[in-house]
Amino acid sequence: MRRWLKRAHRLRVTLWTLIVPPTVWAVHFLLSYLWAAVSCAKIGEWALFPTVFAIATAVALVIIVASGLIAWQQSRTPGDPPPHNEGTDIDRLRFLAYSTLLLAGLSFIAVVFTALPVLMLGDCR
Amino acid sequence: MSLHAQDDPALRAAQEERLRAVWKPPSGLFLRWTDTNNNRVGVWYTLTAFGFMLFAGVLALIMRTQLAVPDNDLVSANTFNQLFTLHGSVMMFLFAVPMFEAVSIILLPQLLGARDLPFPRLSAFGYWSFLIGGVFVSGSIFFNAAPDGGWFMYPPLTTRTDLSGLGADIWMLGLSFIEVSSVAAAVELIVGVLKCRPPGMRLNLMPLYAWYILVVAVMILFAFPPLIAGDLLFEMERLLDWPFFDAARGGDPLLWQHLFWIFGHPEVYIVFLPSIALFAMMIPTFAQRHLLGYPWIVLAAVGTAFLSFGLWVHHMFATGLPKISLAFFSAASEAVAIPTGVQIFAFIATLWAGKVKWSTPLLYASGSLAIFVIGGLTGVMVAVAPFDWQAHDTYFVVAHLHYVLIGGTLLPLFGGLYYYWPLITGKKLSDRLGRTAFWIMFVGVNLTFFPMHLSGLEGMPRRVFTYPAELNIGWLNLASTAGSYLFATGVLVLVIDLALSPTRPKAPRNPWNAGTLEWLAHPDDEDWGIRSVPLIESRYPIWDQKDFVAKVDEGRFFLPDAEEGRRETIITSVLDAKPVSVIRLGTPSVKPMATAVALGAVFILTTYHLYVLAALFGVVTLAAIVWWLWDTAEVPEKPEKPIGHGMHMPLYISGPAAPGWWAMFITMMADATAFSGLVFGYYFYWTIHPDFGAGFDGPGVGGPMLALGLSLGGWAATLAAREVHARGGVAAARLMLLVGGGAAGASLFAGLASLSGLDPEANVYPAIVWVLVVWTVVHAAVMVVMQLYTLARSLAGRMTPAHDADIRNITVYAHFFALTAIVTYLTVGLFPETGL
Repeated sequence: MRRWLKRAHRLRVTLWTLIVPPTVWAVHFLLSYLWAAVSCAKIGEWALFPTVFAIATAVALVIIVASGLIAWQQSRTPGDPPPHNEGTDIDRLRFLAYSTLLLAGLSFIAVVFTALPVLMLGDCR
Repeated sequence: MSLHAQDDPALRAAQEERLRAVWKPPSGLFLRWTDTNNNRVGVWYTLTAFGFMLFAGVLALIMRTQLAVPDNDLVSANTFNQLFTLHGSVMMFLFAVPMFEAVSIILLPQLLGARDLPFPRLSAFGYWSFLIGGVFVSGSIFFNAAPDGGWFMYPPLTTRTDLSGLGADIWMLGLSFIEVSSVAAAVELIVGVLKCRPPGMRLNLMPLYAWYILVVAVMILFAFPPLIAGDLLFEMERLLDWPFFDAARGGDPLLWQHLFWIFGHPEVYIVFLPSIALFAMMIPTFAQRHLLGYPWIVLAAVGTAFLSFGLWVHHMFATGLPKISLAFFSAASEAVAIPTGVQIFAFIATLWAGKVKWSTPLLYASGSLAIFVIGGLTGVMVAVAPFDWQAHDTYFVVAHLHYVLIGGTLLPLFGGLYYYWPLITGKKLSDRLGRTAFWIMFVGVNLTFFPMHLSGLEGMPRRVFTYPAELNIGWLNLASTAGSYLFATGVLVLVIDLALSPTRPKAPRNPWNAGTLEWLAHPDDEDWGIRSVPLIESRYPIWDQKDFVAKVDEGRFFLPDAEEGRRETIITSVLDAKPVSVIRLGTPSVKPMATAVALGAVFILTTYHLYVLAALFGVVTLAAIVWWLWDTAEVPEKPEKPIGHGMHMPLYISGPAAPGWWAMFITMMADATAFSGLVFGYYFYWTIHPDFGAGFDGPGVGGPMLALGLSLGGWAATLAAREVHARGGVAAARLMLLVGGGAAGASLFAGLASLSGLDPEANVYPAIVWVLVVWTVVHAAVMVVMQLYTLARSLAGRMTPAHDADIRNITVYAHFFALTAIVTYLTVGLFPETGL
């Protein structure tokens, strides 16, 4: 595990990696909505729960946690002195990584929020 | 040019003379309006949007007067419908969104130390489109022809021509035109933030305003196109009787609600985030310290942007969708409170940790946050579906949305006005009048809108022109009316303050002692934007970098001269702002205005069903665009030029490093989003019908597959042309372009041929097939135009293997065209299998 986390430092960080966690939320959300809409309209029930929906939710959460872990590692890249507000390579990396970490946290909560109704509502009324 | 050289005052004076000549605005009664410099276009834009705000405010006052007492008859029900529809539409489409674009066009180049945004003529085009469309829509009320279906224009009330008249067309076509100008502004702002930052301004040093602008502009790209798709379906129903929203022929009015609110909810954040961005600039200045939690603010902006797209159904809680669907949207609606709260806490923490200088702009900022939070709290309430069912379509919602929009957009903008007025005019506004206006408005807002919570809970529905005395809400309404006049008085005081500004003396430079780049502006400003493009090492360079202002003024940074007599700015890389090239900017020209007028004519003539003339102006628009484009991507007189400090930058770049490539990519993202709105429509109809398409002829499989093959041929030929051209095969590339044009042109006919026998008026199935195919073949036609244009550029010697921006840009289009063709033809050809 530690060796894997070390490798995270070498991964490239861009504006695209910044939006990976919220994009995962968006895909999961859209999937949930479309799934519910199509199942309710075509089958008349929220049919394929729990297995497939649970798996989709788990996959989404795993991706978010993974990108959060990578971002957490990168946000601790050693080198420059605090408070890390300078225009250096490391500070820019730390900024993007830390923002990704925060977004991963928000996205995690949002995915859990989306999944919660399914625990309580099982049909299409 | 060394640092040394800039010590010579004579050289500096000569440079300034050259810069002044290059950036000299056009003069003359007409020509002055052909200016494209952001400092002028931005000001026109702002003033126009401000004017529309005042106009819509007057409409609101008339409404409040009508509602002051029960059973009032000041205006008729019909006029009242026009009043509230126009009030909402003008405030949203002609004030809130354009105001954000306008302010950004003024501020962004200054914040980024750029001479101008990358496409000044596009900004001018956006402005003229906005003005024409705005006057067209707003003016309709003077002819008793204003739209009257509410700002969301729900069908079937609005699509049935016997129930609503010309107003619906004016709304649809006039505002579609404005949506075009919003997308244009989004392209300009995204490319500006990503590519026009000064050297050294890495992503983590970017002013937070620029972060917000980037986020909001991207939101526009994904929010406005679904509405454009909806508008298209809507007008097809009104003008051609294609039954997209007519339940009797298989349509569904709910599709409009989906498309409208996929736009409409992000829209709220599109108008809120730029205003909160103004706080992110003001608060550090008045706390005299760096903003706390920079990455947290970025989290808030990006997080809100994403989550705001998962909220649209909370406007449709009462439409009878399955509870499970409602619950998803309810959950997302609650989640969005998290990032919204985070940024407010970051602002409070910054003020707490700083040495606060209490000032008028800060008064507006803190006051509006208080109002916004109240609106946010009622928002959390109505996000709970069972509560919403009780409050839906009552004045409770009116109260909620006005607290949000006045606290989240209007008052912050007024704060921004007081903060940035010295930047634009060189003069400060009156603190006394400003504070007076604030307190009048603050009391006025609460007196107007707080009672509406109660009248709503008492059962007063929205959009009614009067109410009976027995409801016992007369006194609440009277209070609201009194409050609205109080609020209007506050606005009047503010307008008086603005009007007195020309009589006041100039303020000192950087009067608030701010630390960010835009305050380099001098009270007696020149038109060149910035004297030299600085090297940035801090988020607050004026505070932190030694002798920063003097170095900029003395031209000791980059690009201090205009040797070749051209308007120029520096292009840098996206992440780290490393200088990449120098680009030549568009100069004042009549072309943007002419194009806007021609395009405006297309929309306006269509409103009055003058199709032949409209088509004629369509051709004129196309010609104007080509005429405009012909000057772009010019081959420079030399490959590179010095920008100071021994650095030499190329004058021509193409592909992903170039702003033009990004503009094409971003435009096509918007285009693809609109297309996905139409595709959503197709599958939506499939979902709601147990036997979608049964009983009606489809396009078959062969026709669509042939059209798909030809479309992909056009794409492949364009790709091949780009590749052989880059390797020097100019003749082969020209041939490939011709082949590609032939294939794309043939796909147009094949696509249309596959539609024969489908009657779009009969049922929604043939109608939606028609729309998808027509959308695709129109894209094929544009593909052909692009291929022929590129061919002409090559023949005219304006495109060579070393200068190949044109073919690279059209290849981006070709990718999106191929994607569109694949989705359309596979969908209509292979789906649905009957019996699903």
